[in-house]
Amino acid sequence: MTILKINGQERTVDVPADMPLLWVLRDVIGLTGTKFGCGIAQCGACTVHLDGSPVRSCQLPVGVIGDRAITTIEAIGDTPAGAKIQKAWLDLEVVQCGYCQSGQIMSAAALLASNPSPDDADIDTAMAGNICRCGTYVRIREGIKHAARSA
Amino acid sequence: MLHDRPDPSPASTGGSRGLSRRTLLGAGAAVGGGLLLGIELIGGRSAEAKDPRPQGGATFNAFVRIARDGAITMIMPAVEMGQGTYTMMATLIAEELDVDLAQVTVEHAPPDQKDYGNPIFVAQITGGSTSTMGWYLPLRKAGATARAMLVGAAAAGWNVDPASLRTESGVVHHDASGRSAPYGRLADRAAAIPAPKEPILKDPKSFRLIGKPLKRIDTPDKVNGKVQYGIDVMLPGMKFGTLAACPVFGGKVRHVDDSQARAVPGVRQVVVLDDLVAVVGDHMWAAKQGLAALAIDWDYGPNAHAMQEDLYAAQAKAANGSGVTAQKVGDAPAHLKDGTVYEDEFELPYLAHAPMEPINGTAHFKGDSCEIWVGTQAPVMAQEGAARALGLKPEQVTINNHLIGGGFGRRLEVDGVVKVARIAQHVEGPVKIVWSREEDIQQELFRPIYHDRLRARVENGRITAWHHRVTGPSIMARWLPPAFQKGIDPDAVDGAIEQPYDFDHILIEYIRHETPQVPVAFWRGVGPNSNIFSAERFINHIAHQTGVDPVEFRRGMLKKSPRALAVLNLAAEKAGWGQPLAAPSGGGRAGRGIALLAGFGSFLACVAEVVVPDDGDVQIKRIVCAADVGKMINPNTLEAQVQGGTIFGMSAILHGEITIDHGRVLQSNFHDYRVLRIDEMPRIETYFVPSEEKPGGIGEPGTVVVQPAIANAVFDATGVQLKRMPINRALLAKGAKA
Repeated sequence: MTILKINGQERTVDVPADMPLLWVLRDVIGLTGTKFGCGIAQCGACTVHLDGSPVRSCQLPVGVIGDRAITTIEAIGDTPAGAKIQKAWLDLEVVQCGYCQSGQIMSAAALLASNPSPDDADIDTAMAGNICRCGTYVRIREGIKHAARSA
Repeated sequence: MLHDRPDPSPASTGGSRGLSRRTLLGAGAAVGGGLLLGIELIGGRSAEAKDPRPQGGATFNAFVRIARDGAITMIMPAVEMGQGTYTMMATLIAEELDVDLAQVTVEHAPPDQKDYGNPIFVAQITGGSTSTMGWYLPLRKAGATARAMLVGAAAAGWNVDPASLRTESGVVHHDASGRSAPYGRLADRAAAIPAPKEPILKDPKSFRLIGKPLKRIDTPDKVNGKVQYGIDVMLPGMKFGTLAACPVFGGKVRHVDDSQARAVPGVRQVVVLDDLVAVVGDHMWAAKQGLAALAIDWDYGPNAHAMQEDLYAAQAKAANGSGVTAQKVGDAPAHLKDGTVYEDEFELPYLAHAPMEPINGTAHFKGDSCEIWVGTQAPVMAQEGAARALGLKPEQVTINNHLIGGGFGRRLEVDGVVKVARIAQHVEGPVKIVWSREEDIQQELFRPIYHDRLRARVENGRITAWHHRVTGPSIMARWLPPAFQKGIDPDAVDGAIEQPYDFDHILIEYIRHETPQVPVAFWRGVGPNSNIFSAERFINHIAHQTGVDPVEFRRGMLKKSPRALAVLNLAAEKAGWGQPLAAPSGGGRAGRGIALLAGFGSFLACVAEVVVPDDGDVQIKRIVCAADVGKMINPNTLEAQVQGGTIFGMSAILHGEITIDHGRVLQSNFHDYRVLRIDEMPRIETYFVPSEEKPGGIGEPGTVVVQPAIANAVFDATGVQLKRMPINRALLAKGAKA
């Protein structure tokens, strides 16, 4: 049995220790907001926070997480940076198909939490691991700046 | 996109007619959050939870239901895959119905060609940038019809002239007496009134919603993880599976040793079909591990020798044959015999769609019926494809459609639905099958390779004779056979025929050359993607050869197309065309290019600025797009589609290439099938020409027009004429031999 701290709740799961967190979240716990995109940490769709830092859950075995706090898209709105990013995404109509946006928002929220006024280079560094096939990058960039400006 | 409008065969429409729409909507409503979205989210996460709401409300037509409590439901004939079509379509109905978008809930339409077939295809298909063109009038009429019936019911109840009533935000008012009635109270009586045959539509001057940058109705649940795509379906007792089809197209399973796979914890079943193997388990991880543990002996079949260069060579050879005439004006061959004649040829690669949501589907086979949960651009095809594979009648297959995590043409194909149904046939209870990214890329149906050969004669600074020969496979002949007539695939020549330029003599030919070794399908930009690319590259090449500025050269040939001329001029002006480019701060060669598109009912011009460093890498610095899309329904969405469309095109021209090696696809995931990332992004500027013309399409034009603009800019920077896409950096390195 593995005990995971997810979005402030303790969850006990009976899964192999090498099972990536992505599939535990989606298929075992039913938190489907975190997305499968590539399975090799190339696209960022599966991004979640571990103690506030962004990680690719498709490459994170549950056995190594320990008591670190997992935050997913379903609860990121409870953090100040996450709420700002979500609001900016709606204010600027960033989203198209939306499939990658859970990961985009998780990466952007982590950036904003650690850097209250990121510049273009900071945004490139933090967000280059998140692919958007619809091409919402223009508005993702604007959205992060918009969120940073908001009170 | 289609120039022919074939009548659908009875076989392709009859299937769903026997099933009442209400039954299907009932099944749909039961799926909960994934099917019902908007302001009011109905149902729980469990797909088999019952809709707590009383069914339906009064039905006014195929698109509008109004319940007694005033809840307004709109049924969406096209599917939402990011392009904003749900908001667009709901806006059209709401405009004429006189309700606000905030009052509306939308539902996916069930498979039903008769009610929900796009008038342009006469089929229930979302593609080809046709949703706005096809639905602009029918959905406004649906809203206006329902409004007229509501007004009629109020007038009869109050015994007043319907003309003395007005409507606003879902309420009928009689100002003279101060009476008013909300739609919900009138709905049952109104729905019983005969629908007016030709409802009166609003004068565009009085539009309240159309033309405004209204907020999208699908986005709030896309920022908090609540939205359900097909891949997110969860059913009680559901198992999870993944699959491997033969890596060589057309190959078969010879033998499978599954002893090690069965030992993987959580693996429940191995399903072996003639051309694929699936592993089913308690979760995707077990299924993935199980699949990796299989020892599969494949019979690769006849395509195991297919090599990319051979495929290109065979197509180039086919281009030497004679083609079928797709468009003929005057006598181009006679005028290309002498004088100043230019010629060129271009090759376009196979491309994967690579939507972020990998192909997937969930199915519950129950012997004499099958229920399927999937996101599809072609619900009727999905239903019929699954039914055929299972030996069922179409009405025995229920399709629950979902929001789509990226389509781009990939989900116009139902190969995935068919595979899921075939696997589910052997599984007890519901099973969700998810493609790994590798399987998704390698078992694609790709944008075809095309070979374009062009010749043109120049007299007095303008092109007078034009010959474009398109050689490539026909997608349409397989996908919508009635559209393939007299040897011409209307998609394969789209963009080659009916150009905006006033050439005196035109010959457009099509040579159908199939590559059965590699399955092909529509890809964002469809036919114009390759045809406009080649034409705009060629025109640029001729302008350069004749020493005329490329914008000036095009201007001189656009006298019969003022809308094309206007976007060309606007893009050139906004981009500062003619002013020298600043020397790149980090070194390298700077260049600027332009391209023009008339297609999808719209007009776009695009200017690209690039820098090519000594190593031949291409950095796109700035994109300026000018567009005339006719009457704009939602300017915000239109801008987003130009941005996203151009980025899709940039991925293609910078990185997009699928390579066949011994019948297999070499690429497998985003590390070797690269798409644009945020740190490669240029500045993108979008400008619209105000217009009251009929609305055109916008999902694809940006993808098409940006590619030749970039290639022309690369030529401007380096002087290298690239003949085959994507951009080959080795040819652009300083000192490289062309």
